Amino acid sequence: MKKYTDTGKKDTRSGFGDGLTELGKKNKNVVALCADLTGSLKMDEFKENHPERFFQIGIAEANMIGIAAGLTIGGKIPFTGTFANFSTGRVYDQIRQSVAYSGKNVKICASHAGLTLGEDGATHQILEDIGLMKMLPGMTVINTCDYNQTKAATIAIADYEGPVYLRFGRPKVANFTPADQNFQIGKAVQLQEGSDVTIIATGHLVWEALQAAETLNENGITADVINIHTIKPLDDEAILKSVKKTGYVVTAEEHNFLGGLGESVARLLSTKHPAPQEFIATQDTFGESGTPEQLMDKYGLNASAIVRAVEKVIARK
Amino acid sequence: MADYKALDDLVVQVRRDILRQVHKVNSGHPGGSLGCTEYFVALYNELMERNENFTMDGIGEDLFFLSNGHISPVFYSVLARAGYFPVEELNTFRLLNSRLQGHPTTHEGLPGIRIASGSLGQGISVSIGAALAKKLNKDKHLIYTLCGDGELQEGQNWEAIMYAAGNNVDNLIVTIDLNGQQIDGSTNNVLPMGNLKAKFEAFGWDVMDIEKGNDLKSIVDGMKKAKEKTGNGKPICVLLHTVMGNGVDFMMYTHDWHGKAPNDEQLENALAQNPVTLGDY
Repeated sequence: MKKYTDTGKKDTRSGFGDGLTELGKKNKNVVALCADLTGSLKMDEFKENHPERFFQIGIAEANMIGIAAGLTIGGKIPFTGTFANFSTGRVYDQIRQSVAYSGKNVKICASHAGLTLGEDGATHQILEDIGLMKMLPGMTVINTCDYNQTKAATIAIADYEGPVYLRFGRPKVANFTPADQNFQIGKAVQLQEGSDVTIIATGHLVWEALQAAETLNENGITADVINIHTIKPLDDEAILKSVKKTGYVVTAEEHNFLGGLGESVARLLSTKHPAPQEFIATQDTFGESGTPEQLMDKYGLNASAIVRAVEKVIARK
Repeated sequence: MADYKALDDLVVQVRRDILRQVHKVNSGHPGGSLGCTEYFVALYNELMERNENFTMDGIGEDLFFLSNGHISPVFYSVLARAGYFPVEELNTFRLLNSRLQGHPTTHEGLPGIRIASGSLGQGISVSIGAALAKKLNKDKHLIYTLCGDGELQEGQNWEAIMYAAGNNVDNLIVTIDLNGQQIDGSTNNVLPMGNLKAKFEAFGWDVMDIEKGNDLKSIVDGMKKAKEKTGNGKPICVLLHTVMGNGVDFMMYTHDWHGKAPNDEQLENALAQNPVTLGDY
């Protein structure tokens, strides 16, 4: 069993900020827009380095998306930054018409996604954004798992021509993927090899999946653990290959079970290789105030919940 | 000096194009299209500096964005007659597999279109982005935008209007098609917008009126004045006073023809009021 080490807890949003800083230095067409959350999105350094390429839009997200779409027309590569809730639900029609349908090269970068936003509560904890974004034709949807991967993804999406939704979070979490990783959009990362079950996780749940796999291993159950950082386009091949081997699936995400990664996996498997599946996700509910750890525990989004789901899915033999 | 005879001939021909497009598919928006015909003809043939070949980034030329995408019939006709695509393609308006979708889109690759519009209120924001890109590219050309007046009821416009003035986006001329009509009736009955000039000025824009918004010379002179105002730290707003349905007597001064096509008899009547000039497609 491979060993993964947390090299020190870091927030994924800092991965975005540091990636953006690096991009700013190497690509003069990269511009950044923020809706009054520069500090929260860790965009300060880009702003300081390139004031002429940083646009403070104010609390006006709809306008931000439109301006970003317009900037692409002059050959710019705009990165918008605000919380996931205000990056998606609030501006869905603007994204739909001015970005997705218009095929514009806008990178919608969204922090504070999911329950781990914590104490601010349900108004800010979006659990529907993956679904909203993946339903838009032509939209690439990425949900990274740690600081290093978020930084690598931020840099990688600048080289991809087309609209991207990049989702990350607020709290400091384990940083365990390689600092020098080659981030490939649409390519799953196999983290553990096993034969009894496939655990497919995204975002903050990837580390939890690794913890769950260790516990399961101690109990004699070996798991394939797959990090799906790109929910759309989904790496069908990697998922099918694993499930054909194991026959059982648990998906894990910090999102509603309607519209999320689990649903994408279920759609794939139902048409290509039906298999029992359990969903680690919120169950069609809003969140609430609390610490990230308390919330992930209460809503069943952690390693122990994944272990229970694996035991349950295997029992469906 | 503009050749007003030639421009006027084009206006009449564009009117015919609008009427024939919407009649053929028994759908589309003739009222607003007819009301803005003179503006479009003047803009594309007298005012904008345009490159011969269409490129999406539009570097080195003036750009136009249509925010109220439903008046696509006039946009398509003027684009075709300016050489962006064959005029015969106007025959495909709103048909299956056409590049001339009900509302303009980049999705089918129609030359001349740089953004999809139709869902209202997004055009000023997009135009600001394009204007900022021009500044970053040290491109001195301008951004022209057309919005409906009813469309200003959408809140996003006011986010954009606030931003443009607050950030000195002064290479942008937004024209408001002030016809006072929207689908459900007059703008004053549906949702009164008060004094638009005072509102734009309060937001920090340089505002001017073109009172005769269906008169070519007034439009050309007025828009040239608007152009002179650019580069002075403020975005420019032109309130273009138009008559919806202009050029077809029974379509004028009413919202009835906002989104309704004429029947055979009505088409014949409307076309008789606008005899062929340059030739039908």
